[in-house]
Amino acid sequence: MMAPTFFDKLIHSPLVVINLGLKMFADSLEEQKVEVVQVDWIPPAGGDKEVIDLLDQLL
Amino acid sequence: MGINKHLSSIPGVQQAAVLMGSEANKAVFSELGVQDAQLQSAQANDLVVAVVAKSQQLADEAIGKLDEFLLGGVQPSKTQNPHSFEEGLQQRPDSNIAVISIPGEYAAREAHKALDAGLNVFLFSDHVTVEEELNLKQTAAEKKLLVMGPGCGTSIINGIGLGFANVVRKGSVGVIAGAGTGLQEFTCQVHNAGLGISQAVGTGGRDLSDHIGGLTTLSALDALEADPDTKIIAIISKPAGKLTLAKLVERFKRCSKPVVGCFLGSKPDEVGGLAKYDHVATIDEAVNSVVALSQGKKHSKQKLAPVDSRQIAQEHAQWNPEQRYLRGLFAGGTFCYQSQQILRSEGIEVYSNAPLDPKRKLPDSNRGHKHSLVDMGEDEFTTGRPHPMIDGTLRKQRILSESADPEVAILMIDIILGFNASMDPAGELVEAIQVARQNASKRGGRLTVVASVCGTDGDPQDIGQQMDQLRQAGVLVFRSNAQAASFCAALLKGKE
Repeated sequence: MMAPTFFDKLIHSPLVVINLGLKMFADSLEEQKVEVVQVDWIPPAGGDKEVIDLLDQLL
Repeated sequence: MGINKHLSSIPGVQQAAVLMGSEANKAVFSELGVQDAQLQSAQANDLVVAVVAKSQQLADEAIGKLDEFLLGGVQPSKTQNPHSFEEGLQQRPDSNIAVISIPGEYAAREAHKALDAGLNVFLFSDHVTVEEELNLKQTAAEKKLLVMGPGCGTSIINGIGLGFANVVRKGSVGVIAGAGTGLQEFTCQVHNAGLGISQAVGTGGRDLSDHIGGLTTLSALDALEADPDTKIIAIISKPAGKLTLAKLVERFKRCSKPVVGCFLGSKPDEVGGLAKYDHVATIDEAVNSVVALSQGKKHSKQKLAPVDSRQIAQEHAQWNPEQRYLRGLFAGGTFCYQSQQILRSEGIEVYSNAPLDPKRKLPDSNRGHKHSLVDMGEDEFTTGRPHPMIDGTLRKQRILSESADPEVAILMIDIILGFNASMDPAGELVEAIQVARQNASKRGGRLTVVASVCGTDGDPQDIGQQMDQLRQAGVLVFRSNAQAASFCAALLKGKE
């Protein structure tokens, strides 16, 4: 018996997608009747990578 | 992305770039020669629009139309979308895939969050470092999840197209591919041959490098072998690293299902002598092999379809004596790469901005040189501008500039259909093609235009109508890039 693969989990349930970024990708999934959550992603800390890294260490 | 297209189409606008104001993008603006104090104060979630025009007045007019472009056709959303992965997950805790296309400098952090929450990742974002990629893929392997990417253009999971996928029927062929357009070409041709796809997994272009060691490819191979719907497995990629190839060969030996391997640009006899493995040179041959296997044959020895010698003679008869060079302008990286391989195998030296052989690097990517093939999907053409699969503006301009060279005899292009691609890719280029051909006629010659169309009858664009438009503009249309490239090779060889 092989260890379960990612398909085992995916095949037995419909795709549910979180789409971070380009909205067109969410639109084309909806066209295919897939459930999608569109995330209009905003970078934390105004996008300052150093501050983000510091926050990640603190939290 | 529509904004860029609108701005670029305004007469007098030479260049337009639309980017978020991240530090990496500020550097891009600087490279484009755009510098401004206001730009320096922009933050990563500000949208920066830069316009280079023939005069200040034209630039001001273009910027004045910005509100119209930004708001045109946009319906205000009834509900507020979430702004972070965590908020998105709260809405659908049962999510199983994250599709990530945010700027590369932030993408790995979000992909880690998705893996930690038990989601597979389709990582479209580019500019993710090799170290970050390795880290993500090692985490995914531990969790029995999959990271498709970074730089993953296409996958088809459970019949659902992610990214730039085509509409193909379900079937028994599973495929793993390192490049988006390679996966599109293979899945379309499998569909067009009457078969279907069980799963198609994009891995990102570096997966088979020795840095990454094929982590996604090997996980996908395990999954396809265990998947009862998959009967035949194909792998399409650029050549693998030496250590990774050795690992793959060992894995192929243990695989209970037949595997067809197409490592574009590798030597034909690099992998041989394995009972259930067929090593092929082109995507067309991979499809032929899969078709043969599906019919219970061992594998196909069928090479590319023979070219029509009468058609070759017809084209030659109308060329000027000075016409001798091929110029290829591609939206798909795999098409540029595979074409180089096919031409090289016929002994034809080709230059490229993405060369098969580093010695054949195009001196200037913006200008053709002898026989040259340009991948217009490379960063140098797409940073701050839409990809040629989405918007043909840049390729249209390039068709005109290349065909102004009286030594050019053949123009080769690719037309790519499917989700998220331009709804009329042929229509965007036909006018420029007609002008280019008329100019060649005025010089007393003929510009031979060769196109391959990657798509299926199920795609959102009407493939029949796309091909008709091309044919009406005098273009010779092929259903695969390999066929188009071998036709170009025959045209050039016949004239030597």
